[in-house]
Order: sequence, then structure tokens, then C-alpha cells
Amino acid sequence: MIALALDAFVQAATQANGLEHLPPPPSGGAWFLATVVKLLLTFTIYMIGVMMVIWLERRVCAFIQDRRGPNRVGPHGLLQSVADGVKNIMKEETYPSQAYLPLFVLAPVMSFIPALLTWSVIPYGAPWDSQWGTIDTALAPMPIGFLFILAIGSLGVYGIVLAGWSSNNKYSLLGGLRSSAQMISYEIAMGMSTIPVLILAGNVSLDRIVSQQGGWGLHWNAINCTIAWFIFMIAAFAETNRLPFDLPEAESELVAGYHSEYSAMKFSMFFIAEYANMMTASALMATLFFGGWDIPFTMWDNVAPHTLLKTLVTFAFFWVKIMVFVFIYIWVRWTLPRFRYDQLMALGWKFMLPTALTYIVVIAGATLGLEFAGFHPDSWQFAVAMLVINLVLTGILFGLIDRGRLISPSYSRLDKRDLAKLRRARFDRARFEPATSEGGAD
Amino acid sequence: MVVQDMPHGTLPLLYTFHFYLFGIIAIVSALLFVTRKSPVAAALWLVNTMFSLAALYVMLDAQFIGVIQVLVYAGAIMVVFLFVIMLLNLGQGVVGDARGLGWKLIAGAVGVALLAQIFALTRSRTPVNLTLPAGYTAQQVERTGAITPIAGPLFNEYLLAFEVTSVLLLAAIVGAVVLGKQRGEGDAG
Repeated sequence: MIALALDAFVQAATQANGLEHLPPPPSGGAWFLATVVKLLLTFTIYMIGVMMVIWLERRVCAFIQDRRGPNRVGPHGLLQSVADGVKNIMKEETYPSQAYLPLFVLAPVMSFIPALLTWSVIPYGAPWDSQWGTIDTALAPMPIGFLFILAIGSLGVYGIVLAGWSSNNKYSLLGGLRSSAQMISYEIAMGMSTIPVLILAGNVSLDRIVSQQGGWGLHWNAINCTIAWFIFMIAAFAETNRLPFDLPEAESELVAGYHSEYSAMKFSMFFIAEYANMMTASALMATLFFGGWDIPFTMWDNVAPHTLLKTLVTFAFFWVKIMVFVFIYIWVRWTLPRFRYDQLMALGWKFMLPTALTYIVVIAGATLGLEFAGFHPDSWQFAVAMLVINLVLTGILFGLIDRGRLISPSYSRLDKRDLAKLRRARFDRARFEPATSEGGAD
Repeated sequence: MVVQDMPHGTLPLLYTFHFYLFGIIAIVSALLFVTRKSPVAAALWLVNTMFSLAALYVMLDAQFIGVIQVLVYAGAIMVVFLFVIMLLNLGQGVVGDARGLGWKLIAGAVGVALLAQIFALTRSRTPVNLTLPAGYTAQQVERTGAITPIAGPLFNEYLLAFEVTSVLLLAAIVGAVVLGKQRGEGDAG
């Protein structure tokens, strides 16, 4: 009986993994109209989403800190972001007298635009087989979609670096320098962590990456390459400068880091950019590792009649995934303390990069081995085998993660013996020195 | 992708428009890059040049090259440039050109020679065995994906050259580390 049920499940899972061939996209006027509508929809939803995420952050933060949070403007304080926006537009813009003005003005824009550009290639719903042709939900379904995301993502650092430099302020400059070092370091780990996904998909187009994960949810890359997702998530935290990686704006050390000198709407732009980046990183995680718009435990969204209803439902589901990741972002921010600079670099270069590189080799080897054994990447046996491999690897990795060994702890600069000597010395001084030094001065 | 429908030698108006748009942006940015006194502004104009070049590559159906142009040059190399400029704190100060008139004349002559070469090349006909039929790249991308036409030859036919290049880069990195170490020791001693 169970065997029969399993067999039926296997039959269903094996057939039609991904999308079958669709009619070509519309041409001429229909294409133009569809693109304009998609453009407006994406932009509007994205901007309202950013506003809501800012509200969500403040409410969740308040909940975690046992406060109430903004609850006056509108129901549950939902319109607080609107009020803040109006306030920031009304405020006076200040310009430091020694700032390099062209870049000072350009920097907030440059930190915001890359986050927005990424959305042009993300497919945020099943394609709609309309009477004018297949309408892709991605604004620009490029054959190199994934590389486009990497390229645009690597530009995000410019806004922060230029803001830090053009403010002509030591703290801002330090923030900018930290940011460029941090983002270059973690970008490499991030790029490397996505190679296993590309190996499994066999292509760099996001359409293909999503359709390869389609079906029952067994082919989601979070299952097939768990450690890659783990590394990608950490790197995404660093790329968006969120706690525990918010060294560029560490307020206890650098006033406000790269945006110390910014006021009013220009500060607001940085603020919006941070949340925009957060949503973009969440969307990327959903697309690359959680099946994109795919609905798990059903084939309904992957098979033939691609109606408008399916597009809308998958669209909603994609947003549910994004919101889950956004919530994790917020949760982590109000839970973990900030890394120290050398810990940050050690984590990026000594732990994440080697792990990502090793993982590429493991996944490539496993894929090759399984294909030799006759399991196609689209088959369920392949996914189960990968799941087992990943469970073992995750166990090993988490067993190995030890603050004393991989990520240097706060006493890392000192040898254990030196530390003991220092402790002894302090103890001795306290015991033998006469109480002449009346403190205060040191 | 539009090009393949057109008879050979003619291009749609939109294509021509974008070609000249990005071409002019590239040239103007390059000129500004050379003439700016502030190193940061110069670096940013260079980034702008990279972007317009990437756009031109994409118009030639070489999306992969275009994206790599942005990813490697604008996203990585120029960020490191900026990082170094900031670390050295060259700032907004004017860095005068230390070289004399002779060097400038030689540089100008080389520039004129290169320009003449480009003009000569555009006048002459490209050898047939170096050309591809119109729209060939677009079809290739459509059939096998955007990076297979590059990855295939790179990792099959030219694997040795590829690996040797990586060894060359590794040697450069090791050399840089060795040089850095030596100076550090000298300072300490």
C-alpha cells in the first residue's frame, strides 16, 4: 500500500519537472504595454513594500525589546513611514562646507539604484499564457539574469564608499573604508556560494534556475545545496550592512558611519536603500534557494494551463517567501551583537570562502557521481541523495563551528600563555603596588 | 537580437540610435576621465566608460562579456582603486603631472597612431573567415544559453592556456605578497 502511494508520488514528481514549452512572448504594442504595466507594478509594489518593511522593523524591534513601537499614525501605526517621509521632505537639507558636493549629492542615489535594478530580472510569478503570447513576470528575462544580479550587486558599494569619502569627515571615511573592505570580501564568498546552484541548474538564466526547482518542492536548492544557502545568507547580511555586519555605520564607534553628515531626504534615501537591499537579498534567496515562485507540495503551479490566476497565486507566494526572509533579517538584527573588524575579516576569508570552495567541489563531485550512477538531476532519487549528503555535511560543519578555532574570539591576538601571564601580572600589581596612584587619571 | 531580421548592412533606427548614444557617452566619459584633476572623480568617469562599453557589448549579443565588464571592472577593480585612493588620502588635492613635455608629445603621437589604425581598420574589409553570419550569436544564445559558447571552448580546446593564465595570476599575487613583506621587515628593523 505504502509502496503504491510512494510509487504514485514518484511518478508525479518525476514527470514534468519544470515548465514545458510555452508560446513565444508577445510582440510590438502588446509587448510594450505589458512591459510598462510590469514596470509600474514592480516599482509601486516594491516602494510600498519598503515602507511596510520599515514599519515592520520598528514593530518587531519593539516587540523584541518589550515596547509598543510606532502605533499612533494610522491603524497599528501603519502610516508611520508616510509621516516620516513627509517630515524628511520638509526638513532642511544641510551640506557640510568642506564636502565634495557633486558626489555628496550623488551618493544616496547610487546606493539606492542597484537594489532597484536587481528587480528587473527576478521572475516573481509563473508566466502567464495570455492571448497575446507568453508574458514573463520578470521585467527583462535575460539569458544572463544571474550574472546580471551579481554585477549590479557589486555596484552597491559605490554609494556607501562615495558618501563616506565626499563627506570629508573622518568617521564617515572610516565607515566607507570598512564598507568597501567588507563588501569586497563577502561578495567573493557570495559569488562562490551560488556556483553549486548554477551547477545544478546548468544555466545562468533565472528562468531556468526557478524551473529546475519546480515541482513538489523536493528540488529546492535549500535542500539540494544547504550549505551554499547558509553561506549565501550570511554573505547577504554582510552585503546589506545589517547587524551583525553593520560596521560601516557602527554608531558606538563612528557616530553614524558613512551617513553621519547626511540629513533630511538624503539620509532617508540611505535608509530606504538599506531596506530595499534587504528585500532584494530576500528575493534572491527565495529565487535561488527556495524555488522562486514555486509552491511546494503541489504540481498545480508547474503544469499546463498557465492562467492569470496561477500567476497571481504564485506571485503572492513569492512575496510570502520574501517576507519570511525579511523577518529573519529583522529578528537577527535585534538578537546578535556586532562583529569586531578582525573577526569579520576572519569569518569572510578564513571560514566562508574555503567552505564555499570546498562545497563547490563536493557538489560537482556528487552531481557527476550521481549522473554516472544513472540519476538525472531532475529525478527524485537525485534530490534525496543530495538531501542525505547535505544532512551529513551540515552536521559536520555545525559540529566544527567553534568560536575558538574558526572565528577568532576577542582574545585572539594573544597566545593563551601570554594571556595567562597578563592576568597574573595584573593580579600581582594589584597585590604589591602601594595604593599611591589615586586613580582617576588613568 | 533585432539584427538577424534585417538585410545585411542595414540596422534598425533604434539600434543605431543606441549605438551612437553609448558610443558618445563612452568617449565623453573617457575624455573626462583623462582630464579630471581629482582622482576620485576620474575613477568614477572611468566606471561610466566601463558601463557604456558593457552596453555596447550587449548590443553585439555578447551579454556575457558585457556583464563581466561590469562585474569585474566596475564592480571589483574600480572599487579597489577607490579604496586605495581613499587609503592614500589623495583626496581632492591636485596631483600635478610630474612628467615633462617630451612624454606628453610621445603619448600624443601614440594616441594619433592608434586613432589612424582604427580608421584604417574600419575602411578595410574584415577577412571572411573572421566573420560570423548576422544573428549567429543570438541563435547560439537562444539554443545553448548565454555562457556555453564561451565556456565550451575555454574549458575544452583552450584549457591549457586558461590554466597557465591562472598560474600567471597566482605568481603575480605571490610576488605582491613577497614585496609587501620585504618592505614591512625593513621598516621594522
